[in-house]
Parts: sequence; structure tokens; C-alpha cells
Amino acid sequence: MNVAAGVTAVVAVSLATLVIGAFGLRVSRTTSDFYVASRSVRPLVNASAISGEYLSAASFLGVAGLVLAHGVDALWFPVGWTAGYLILLVFVAAPLRRSGAYTLADFAQLRLESRSARLVASSLVVVIGVLYLLPQFQGAGLTLRTLVGAPTWVGGAVVALVVSTIVLSGGMRSITIVQAFQYWLKFTMLLLPIFLFLHHWRGDGSPHVSHVHLSDWVEPLNGPHAMYLTYSLILATFLGTMGLPHVVVRFYTNTDGRAARRTTLGVLGLLGLFYLLPTLYGVLGRIYAYDLVRTGRTDSVVLALPASMLHGATADLGAALLGAGAFAAFLSTSSGLVVSIAGVISQDLLAGRVIGVRAFRWATGLAVAVTLVLAVATSGLPVARAVELAFAVAASTFFPLLLLGIWWKGLTPPGAIAGLVVGGGLSASAVIATLAGYTGTGWGGALIAQPAAWTVPAALLTMIAVSLATPRQRPPNVVRTMVRLHAPEHVDVDRGSYDPESSR
Amino acid sequence: MIDEPPARVRIQHQDKARRTRLDMTDEIDSQTALGEALVDSLIRAQFRLAIVIVLIVALTLGALPMAFRFVPSVAEAHIAGIPLPWLLLGFLAYPLLLVLGWYFVVHAERNEATFIDLLDQS
Repeated sequence: MNVAAGVTAVVAVSLATLVIGAFGLRVSRTTSDFYVASRSVRPLVNASAISGEYLSAASFLGVAGLVLAHGVDALWFPVGWTAGYLILLVFVAAPLRRSGAYTLADFAQLRLESRSARLVASSLVVVIGVLYLLPQFQGAGLTLRTLVGAPTWVGGAVVALVVSTIVLSGGMRSITIVQAFQYWLKFTMLLLPIFLFLHHWRGDGSPHVSHVHLSDWVEPLNGPHAMYLTYSLILATFLGTMGLPHVVVRFYTNTDGRAARRTTLGVLGLLGLFYLLPTLYGVLGRIYAYDLVRTGRTDSVVLALPASMLHGATADLGAALLGAGAFAAFLSTSSGLVVSIAGVISQDLLAGRVIGVRAFRWATGLAVAVTLVLAVATSGLPVARAVELAFAVAASTFFPLLLLGIWWKGLTPPGAIAGLVVGGGLSASAVIATLAGYTGTGWGGALIAQPAAWTVPAALLTMIAVSLATPRQRPPNVVRTMVRLHAPEHVDVDRGSYDPESSR
Repeated sequence: MIDEPPARVRIQHQDKARRTRLDMTDEIDSQTALGEALVDSLIRAQFRLAIVIVLIVALTLGALPMAFRFVPSVAEAHIAGIPLPWLLLGFLAYPLLLVLGWYFVVHAERNEATFIDLLDQS
């Protein structure tokens, strides 16, 4: 492949992102601007921004890779990542916006009125954030290796540098605009080459997949424990979305609870539109790039297709477009994650030592550096699988916290903390085992590979049981908090005095 | 972080309808049994709506793996040359999710309107 085209694509995307980010520089002066863009973002822009931030390396590269390798069973990944927003919409969107919380830690403090619950939530935000950030850096390494043959650590380092620059200079305001731009950039970059491919495919006599390959790829539920693995994946993705730190922070930028719902509906539409494309790449890959399955490099199928199907300048153009889109994916997801992780670290973990915007900058550097080291140290897991592990932890911790916190007055601080510790501990152990390379056989292996089906119920039941055992520890203002979460904004009622901006 | 709320100053309106509404929000603010019951009715209505949506998802998308396993004709069917499971998961799942989301938004706003009517009429 033409190295110049790849380099141009990556540099162009990085520059465009930085330039658009620079627009926000003048307006983000105070800390609260820095975090949430002053709540002045309209639903369509916000829906694009949420989708832009959400569509990561796993969506842009990983889904096509999994479809290429595993066929129809892999389609549960994008379906689950979209359905997660429906579950978020019905249980969480409006109440979370009405809570006024910036972060999941803020929500824990508001609802439970407990400093300890806040700290447990903060630690989990960092764990989930770093787990999600890791595959982004690895995906960037893979992209630069495919495009220009650079060593894998280079891509991660480039993303780390650009993301730190954006986050440190602009904060969230710029990031909202950048993210909205990124959605449409990613969508266009994935859509345009499809026309080139389909043109070539027709000219080729429209070869059918079955020529190349086997029925177990076309038909669902393959392999041992397929039923368990599929349902566990469904639970993790459907329920985990609401617990991702960079998703939640976006809801604060809606004007009110109603706008939060409409924004989420917009996200459902935009994600559905986008996810039609990676499937096509996976199927085309099965026809034209089957050797990637043999060499175990299925994650690079999106980037490899231009060279496998096209020739000369069109191949270079296709590769440049896709390389640019992939880089946009790493930049957008990584910057959203870094803002969220840094927000929590600077507020709760560096509290007292450094303050305000300075703490935020320190925290940004710390989060990026730690992830970069981890990204170099671990690797080998398919990108979409690695991301899904972060979902499993989110589903086993913040899903029960949000569900019970919003809909049940009986949730107490000891109940919430016990559930977070049990769900987080069990799921994180399984995830660490998988990241460390453990691949067991039989039922044990399946339970570790996809833990959500048992860790989510464990966390939920622990929260309910411990809360029922500690009824005297209900937060004193829980009734007023419920009014705040559920009453429409224009009803003039007392919503309590909690204000995340003043606690900052 | 949760401080005692500051004393609230309220301006009385002449308009009668407006005044009854203030009375109902007072019930909520002072956490009387009536005020709490009003808010609980809103919460229950929204939760029921959410559960209905979740059940529909569970019985459609959620039932697909079972259908693929136990109804071979579903797993093996083809429509316009495309295997049915690919069509369902690769395409049809997304419009379904969007329609369910739209249904929820409409009805959640309706529940809120009912709540506000209750405040006005009680």
C-alpha cells in the first residue's frame, strides 16, 4: 500500500480534529465549562456527539473483524451496543439529566448522600475507563501498522499525544463540536469505499459467500456454550452502555430531561445507520480477504479490503479514507474517555493536593500515560472483545446502581457499596484473567470469557439484599431526591440543594 | 454536600387555578402522604412503561437465540437470497429499536403531562 496516502490521511484527521478543537479554546475558561460545555448543546448536535464519541475502534474495525471470523453470531455486538441506548433511554436518560450529576460519582453522592459510595463509584469509573481506553490505543497501533508499517506502539503514542492536546487545550466544549463532526466523518469514511467495493464486486460476477465458505459461518450459534455466551454478551452490552463514564457525562449537556430523551432517540437512529456498514465489510472480507482468518489478523479487515479488492489509485484512496475514519474513531472515543477519567481523578483522587483546572491537567497526563504503558504491555485480544469486557464490568456495577438508585427508594449506601464491590470484583477478576491470556475449556472457560450473565445478577441481588437488611441507613433526603429525578423541570417543586458545580 | 434547603419565599397569585397548583406542589415539598403519593404515581407510571419496552425487547430480540436453536426453519430460512438471521440481526433489529424508542418518548411525555394535570386538578 502507498505509505504517503496513509500518512496523509492520519495527519489530516489529527489536524482537522485539533483545529476544530481550537474553536473551543476561548470559551472554556472556568472549570464547569471545561467539564460539560455549559449545557448549551442542542439535541441533534448532542446525538451526533454521543454517537461520535461512542463509535470506537471496536465499531469501526472490530465488528467487521468479528463478522469475518465468526459470522452471524458477531452481529450481536453492534445490535447490543445500539440496544444499550434503548435500555438507557427507558431507565436512565431523563432522571439522570434531572439529577444534575456530571459523573456517575456525582450521581452516587446525590442519591446515596455518602462520601464512601462516591469514592467506590469513582474508582470503578477509572477501572472501566482504562479498560475501554486500552483497545483504542491498541487499535491505533494496528491501524498505523497496516497503513504504513510502523511498530504497534507508534499509533497508541500518536493518539495519546493528539488526545492530550485536545483535552488540555479545549476541554468539553470543543470536544462536543469535535465529537459531532467525528460521527459524520466516520460514517462518510466507511460509506464511500463501500461504493467502490460493490462496483468491483458486481464487475467480478457478484461472487456469493457460500463459494468460499462453510455453513457454520452463515448459521447462528456455533461452538460450545454458544447459547450461554450469546445471552451473556446480550446482557453485558444491553445493560453496560449506561455505565460507561464517557456516555453519562454527555447527558448533562442536554437542556432538560425531555431533551435528554430526544437526544437518546437520535442516538438510536444514528447508531442503527452506522452499524449497517461494518457487516458489509465483514461479508466482503469473507469473500476477498479470507487469508486474514488464517493469519489471525481479522481486526485489520476494514483497512485491508482496499488492497485486496481494488488496484492502483482507487486502492490508495480507499485505504486513505478508511485509515482516516479509523483514526477519527480512536481520537473521539479516547478524548471522551480521558475527559471522564481525568474529571474523576482530579475531583476525588487528587482532591486536596492540586485544585481546579490544574488538577484536571495533571489527571489527564496521568490517565493517558498509564493507559499507554498498559497498551504496550498487553495485546492479542480482538478489539471488539476487549471493549466488550469493559461493558461487562459496567453492566455488573453501574447498571444495578442506576436502576435501583433511580427507581427504588429502598437502596441504601451499604447496599450500593456492597453491590458495587461484589459486581465489580467478580467481573473485573474475570476480565483480568481474560486480558492476561487465560482461555479455559468447558463451562469454567465460558463463565470467565463472558462473565455478565452471572456477575450482573450477583451485583443486583447483593444490592437489594444488603439494602433490605439496612433499612435504617436510607439517605435522609431520599424522598426529595426522587422528586428531583422524576418531576419535569418546569414543575415548581423543591428539588433539594445538591449542586455539583458548588461541590467542585 | 446536601445542605438544609434555604427558606423558600413564595409569591401568592390571585389566579385560583394557579393557587391550587401551588397547594399541590406544597404537598410535595413538605413531603405529606398526599405529596409522596402523587410523585409515586408518576414514578410507577414511568417504570411500568419502561418494563413494557424491556419485555418487548426480551420477547423479540431476546428470543432470537432461542428461535435460532429450537426452530430450525428460522435459522435456515432465506429472504431474497439473504439468510433470515443475517437479515434480522444485520438490519431489522435497528428499525425495531428506533420505533420502540420513539414509542417510549411519546408515552413518557404523556405520563408527565398526566402528572401535571393531576397537580392542577387535585
